Amino acid sequence: MGTIFHLDIVSAEESIYSGPVEFLVAPAQMGEVGIYPRHTPMLTRIKSGMVRIKAQLKEEELVYVSGGMLEVQPDVVTILADTAVRSHDLDEAKALEAKRAAEEAMKNRESELDYAKAQAELIEAMAQLAAIDKLRKRGH
Amino acid sequence: MAGSREIRNKIKSVKNTQKITRAMEMVAASKMRKAQERMKKARPYGEKIRNVAAHMSRANTEYRHPFLIARDTVKRIGVIIVTSDKGLCGGLNTNVLRKVVNQMKTWQAEGEQVEVCCIGNKGLGFMSRVGASVTSQVIGLGDTPDITKLIGAVKVVLDGYTQDQFDRVYIFYNRFINTMKQEPVMEQLLPLTDERMQGSEQDSDKSKAIWDYIYEPEAKSVIDDIMVRYVEALIYQAVAENMASEQSARMVAMKAASDNAGNVINELTLIYNKSRQAAITKELSEIVGGAAAV
Repeated sequence: MGTIFHLDIVSAEESIYSGPVEFLVAPAQMGEVGIYPRHTPMLTRIKSGMVRIKAQLKEEELVYVSGGMLEVQPDVVTILADTAVRSHDLDEAKALEAKRAAEEAMKNRESELDYAKAQAELIEAMAQLAAIDKLRKRGH
Repeated sequence: MAGSREIRNKIKSVKNTQKITRAMEMVAASKMRKAQERMKKARPYGEKIRNVAAHMSRANTEYRHPFLIARDTVKRIGVIIVTSDKGLCGGLNTNVLRKVVNQMKTWQAEGEQVEVCCIGNKGLGFMSRVGASVTSQVIGLGDTPDITKLIGAVKVVLDGYTQDQFDRVYIFYNRFINTMKQEPVMEQLLPLTDERMQGSEQDSDKSKAIWDYIYEPEAKSVIDDIMVRYVEALIYQAVAENMASEQSARMVAMKAASDNAGNVINELTLIYNKSRQAAITKELSEIVGGAAAV
């Protein structure tokens, strides 16, 4: 302890890097930050760019992240990488799109939530499954 | 030989069906492996972001994110329903939808309004058929739970919560237990439960200490971002699990269908042979009878 710290880079889809490192440079939102062991705790957003990692007795490594969050503790650093390019406007546009699609789908249907109908439909589906099951047990 | 041609045709058609179900079984089996892998790969992120969120909620006291504040009165409920896009996967979607309908019935009996967000075609089709109010939807996810596709629909729900349109948000999906067993579950998503705001067990004791973070650029926006990502990660995980469940349920259903087709073929072959033999016997006895008559 003291000369190294643990680094995890994870994205929603996979774990990108995990191991002890000596030094790290990440593209934080307010400018690049270099992190040595025993850095003061920090939480920041990072931009898309290269994260430079120097592990002990190893060449410097470069890992690309498309933005995300960086958490720093004195001996553990976590980078939560985004898998998608995010921005407020982009997210907003996607939300509107999802809403619009739903509204469109809503137009062509009855208004009241018909539980009886819903249940009837489910019961029918369950009955079909049960019948299939029974038939299977009989060896047909 | 009257019926035998028909039986032969029938056998042929059942054999064709069996070919299709067998192919689907094998496709589902290979997709299942990938889906399970994807589900496992998503875990480290879920765990890490959970730890960060936990640290943060302990560290920062002056700003409490709306996702953490429980509301006293619950009037409107948001529901996220995760289903598959395609059918032919046994009772998977039916089970989860039945759970949803039962729960919605109780909510409505208590005078709460329910709005749904549908992830997956089957749930959307069902919900719009029965007349639930659908606020947002994502369909056609394919075989990968792509977070870019989820963001929009999820944001509608999250914004609804922050803007007081919903007082509570639940998620329904199929939890993957093993290849043979999937279980429909309902989980509370918002407000985040205390259990969800505790670090995982792997989180070392040291990092359970209270950190006085430096926030860059400022606390509120960083915390907002992390909370949104945390909830998204939870939903992503649910979608990934549902996909693994879907593929294994389909594999099992298709295996059963192929086996059934095999049984039907055996039986039909038996009937075919019997009728063939009966025809031969009949012909023989006619010849013998004819010879005796001469």
